[in-house]
Amino acid sequence: MKYYSEEHEWILVEDDEATIGISEYAAAELGDITYVELPMEDDDVIVGDTLGVIESVKAASDVYSPITGTVIEVNSELEDNPGLINESAEKAGWICKLGNIDVAELDDLMTPDAYAKYLKTLA
Amino acid sequence: MPYIANTSEDQQAMLAAISCADFTDMWRKSQVTVPEPPLLNIPEGMSEFEVISKLRKLAAKNATELHTFIGAGYYDHIIPAAVSEITGRSEFYTAYTPYQPEASQGTLQAIYEYQSMICRLTGMPVSNASLYDGGTALFEAMMLAIRTTRRRQVVVSEAVSPIFRKMLDAYSSNLNIELIQISAGIDDSAQKELLKAVSERTACVIVQYPNFFGTIEAWSEFNEKVHEKKALSVCSTYPVSLALLTPPGELDFDIVTAEGQSLGNNLNFGGPYLGIMAVTEKLMRKMPGRVCGRTVDSEGKDGFVLTLQTREQHIRRESAMSNICSNESLCALSALVYLACVGKQGLIQVAELCAAKAAYARQLLLEIEGVEAVGGNAFFNEFVIQLPGDAAEIVGKLIDKGFAAGFPLGRYYPGRKNQLLVAVTEKRTKEEIKALATALEAVL
Amino acid sequence: MKLIFDKGKPGRRGSSLPKMDVPPENAVPAQFRRRTAAKLPEVSEQDVIRHYTLLSRKNMGVDTNFYPLGSCTMKYNPKVNERAASLPGFAELHPLLPQLRRGGALTQGALEVIYETQRLLCELLGFADCTMQPLAGAHGELTGIMLIAAYHKARGDHARKVLLIPDAAHGTNPASAMVGGFITQTVASDAEGNVDIEDLKKHLGPDTAGLMLTCPNTLGLFDKNVQEVCRLVHETGGLNYCDGANQNAVMGRVCPGQIGFDVMHVNIHKSFSTPHGGGGPGAGPVLVGECLVPYLPVSRVEKRDDGTYTLRYHCEESIGYIAPFYGNFGIILRAYAYILTLGREGLKRISENAVLNANYMRVRLAPYFDQKVDRPCMHECVFSAAPQAKKGVHALDIAKALIDRGFHPPTMYFPLIVHEALMIEPTETESKETLDEFIDALIEVVKLVDTDPESILAAPVTTPVRRLDETSAARNPNLADI
Repeated sequence: MKYYSEEHEWILVEDDEATIGISEYAAAELGDITYVELPMEDDDVIVGDTLGVIESVKAASDVYSPITGTVIEVNSELEDNPGLINESAEKAGWICKLGNIDVAELDDLMTPDAYAKYLKTLA
Repeated sequence: MPYIANTSEDQQAMLAAISCADFTDMWRKSQVTVPEPPLLNIPEGMSEFEVISKLRKLAAKNATELHTFIGAGYYDHIIPAAVSEITGRSEFYTAYTPYQPEASQGTLQAIYEYQSMICRLTGMPVSNASLYDGGTALFEAMMLAIRTTRRRQVVVSEAVSPIFRKMLDAYSSNLNIELIQISAGIDDSAQKELLKAVSERTACVIVQYPNFFGTIEAWSEFNEKVHEKKALSVCSTYPVSLALLTPPGELDFDIVTAEGQSLGNNLNFGGPYLGIMAVTEKLMRKMPGRVCGRTVDSEGKDGFVLTLQTREQHIRRESAMSNICSNESLCALSALVYLACVGKQGLIQVAELCAAKAAYARQLLLEIEGVEAVGGNAFFNEFVIQLPGDAAEIVGKLIDKGFAAGFPLGRYYPGRKNQLLVAVTEKRTKEEIKALATALEAVL
Repeated sequence: MKLIFDKGKPGRRGSSLPKMDVPPENAVPAQFRRRTAAKLPEVSEQDVIRHYTLLSRKNMGVDTNFYPLGSCTMKYNPKVNERAASLPGFAELHPLLPQLRRGGALTQGALEVIYETQRLLCELLGFADCTMQPLAGAHGELTGIMLIAAYHKARGDHARKVLLIPDAAHGTNPASAMVGGFITQTVASDAEGNVDIEDLKKHLGPDTAGLMLTCPNTLGLFDKNVQEVCRLVHETGGLNYCDGANQNAVMGRVCPGQIGFDVMHVNIHKSFSTPHGGGGPGAGPVLVGECLVPYLPVSRVEKRDDGTYTLRYHCEESIGYIAPFYGNFGIILRAYAYILTLGREGLKRISENAVLNANYMRVRLAPYFDQKVDRPCMHECVFSAAPQAKKGVHALDIAKALIDRGFHPPTMYFPLIVHEALMIEPTETESKETLDEFIDALIEVVKLVDTDPESILAAPVTTPVRRLDETSAARNPNLADI
């Protein structure tokens, strides 16, 4: 199942693992992404912690964790190719995977439909 | 009125255009209603001639004709005339920070060349566009290490400039940083004791190369051990010495800082100076300060821009790597033109002259009865001697004879009251060195 | 485009040095020597001069172009000041000399310059004392913040950890607060860029260390409530910091020290005419009211009863050493020359004309842009290029088109609270004719937005390079030629 946060992170939950990235909307808003500061594997995070930073030429945006867990994998391809987020924010441009997650927290997030409606309120 | 272009007719026309009767009305409409201060203790203005005459008189009250052997991090080197010719070009000095790259390629290329020059000299891969001075650069290095390691303990050798250490003290007082200072000898920055103090809690170790007393030490093995604890290794250096010495980059330092005054900048009674910072590739995106990068324009032509700006205060505000905004761009330009002028062989020659004259001076001074060696196994252009009495007293007597004979260490190292730090640059002649020895002998 | 490293050839020299007149032996042992010489250029002096002279011609500066860069006060840099700073009696003076016994007598002229400049700034800005040590504006901010910290600490008031900063502030304010060990809270601005008093009241409390306020504010407006704001902060036990970046607007007209501020810095390289140097050096002296005098950095220049000057190193409650010596002396000296030249009346005429020029600009350009606030401004006026942006031409594009017309662009995209901001600060040193030329050029550009937007989007075309690829510069940084 896929969920979204108000800060424009997406989270895809498969089994007890969650993959996290930023939405296509957020990627487009940021413009050309120049650098991604990734979390470290084994970092423990709670909801709202900073998972990393996404930078464009004139902005730096924190990526907040939409869920509690432990970082089990980071997308190291972003180190050499941060533009991957512009090309494919919700697939190849994922940022990290979390294990040890608390699925109950997912209830606070938005479904893809709800997120689409939320985006309309921002326009 | 000097420096104001509008004539009173202009002013009247413009006041009418903005619907103000006079300046009083203008202030009122701009909501400036606080009472106007009388400024009674500010004198009437003076003409250009009167101002420069007054300042000439003040300048004449300062003694710059002394034979100077003071260094302590700030050195009296030769500056080729070409340096001030270039920095005096107002296309350079009246420009702002190059935020509009198309209108600032001159400044930007100069910064890029400066960064390249610093990398070539220090053996580091990355340099920023400059910081304020050597002391604030060392503070920034400490903060960079703390940010990177997420540790808050810093270990500093007392063979690091006491002027810089006092600044580190002041800056860290509100920051919950544990600053550990390790006492050191003239010939040994206390490597063993420093390593003992380094632990898994240590963000960085700070040393000076050559150290404050002028001594050169080996650092490779030391740095290896620092890195075993995943701490960073920081050195403050003296750029001119690097013409001869193994560059810090080859000794595995992570952050290299320096006071860059010795590269083509005047002593200026304390500033403006030049804060140099160079780091490893890994630390590039956490480094403070402006940095210039090479890129291409929309037609594929080479050009330069300020880059990695997301590190800086105007974008990241309270999360920025530093609060620095203005740097010392024109002083960096002086360093650049200096290094270009003296060039590859010239800088070596400057360093060889300094080192040989210092060795000669030390030998001559040690021949004086009552003057003794303190350390001095390996040094560049600065060394310590032991005098038979209070070094401050003796230096005072030598001032009257026209010599600034050195820097008495007692001021910062209470146990070294009789010791004098003597620096010799390429400017000092054999005759001046001999005269210093004669004068010292006479006052002892 | 060639770098200096691409020029010259092995063996070529650009300088001459004295002969070795002592035995060539030295005390640098072989094991410490570098194996290969640093790869510095091998060029002639003429190569150096020609290379950098040509580079200088790829710059705009105040001496070559009108440079109305908002919040930067790009006024004319008088040449007599440069002459003063190059006098050998100042330029060649070693900073440690006064710290040697009997050395103080040999630096009386330099100490007098520092002491007198401090005194004049105190008088002009309405404060009790001053330190010339801060090396730049942001360094002054940090110094001021350290003074505020020392004040609360000395009173045992350890809970005061929050500095309040309006959202319209320069980025240096929150960054300096962080480096000084404080937490920041953002206070909202009202429509005029003034402190929103109701929002301020919500933030004030026992944890308030102080408020950092840019006065006049970053919209170029004088906050008529400034005294009330300062009073509210004082009531809760906090101190008021004035960011003096915009002092040129009120020079000789408003003394911040007399309207409720406890500490301020001024940017010598803005209001006091010292050159910006392509990014520095500047100087950021800090002025304080009585309550902060004990904490000022050491060393302090003092005047003895006999009229001579001395340095004092020990002040029990001082925050310590924030600079290696006495500040950027060479810059202070230029400011001293400037103040002496203008004198009491001249200093007042500065702000009058700076404000007059900005308002003239505002009135003439108002029909072409949006204004957040339509009322007389101070030394700079802020427009929004929102109407043009709707048509696809942004503030950035307008800026680039001005370069082609021989003008350095205004500040873009600041303050952040104005959409598509263009911030224009003409300064008092520019004539009405120059303002008119700039205004005409800007109007021409605005008209092109409707008739030929492509030409603006393509600008600049007259510069050594066209628009640069900043994305690839940041993605794959090339920061040095090694």
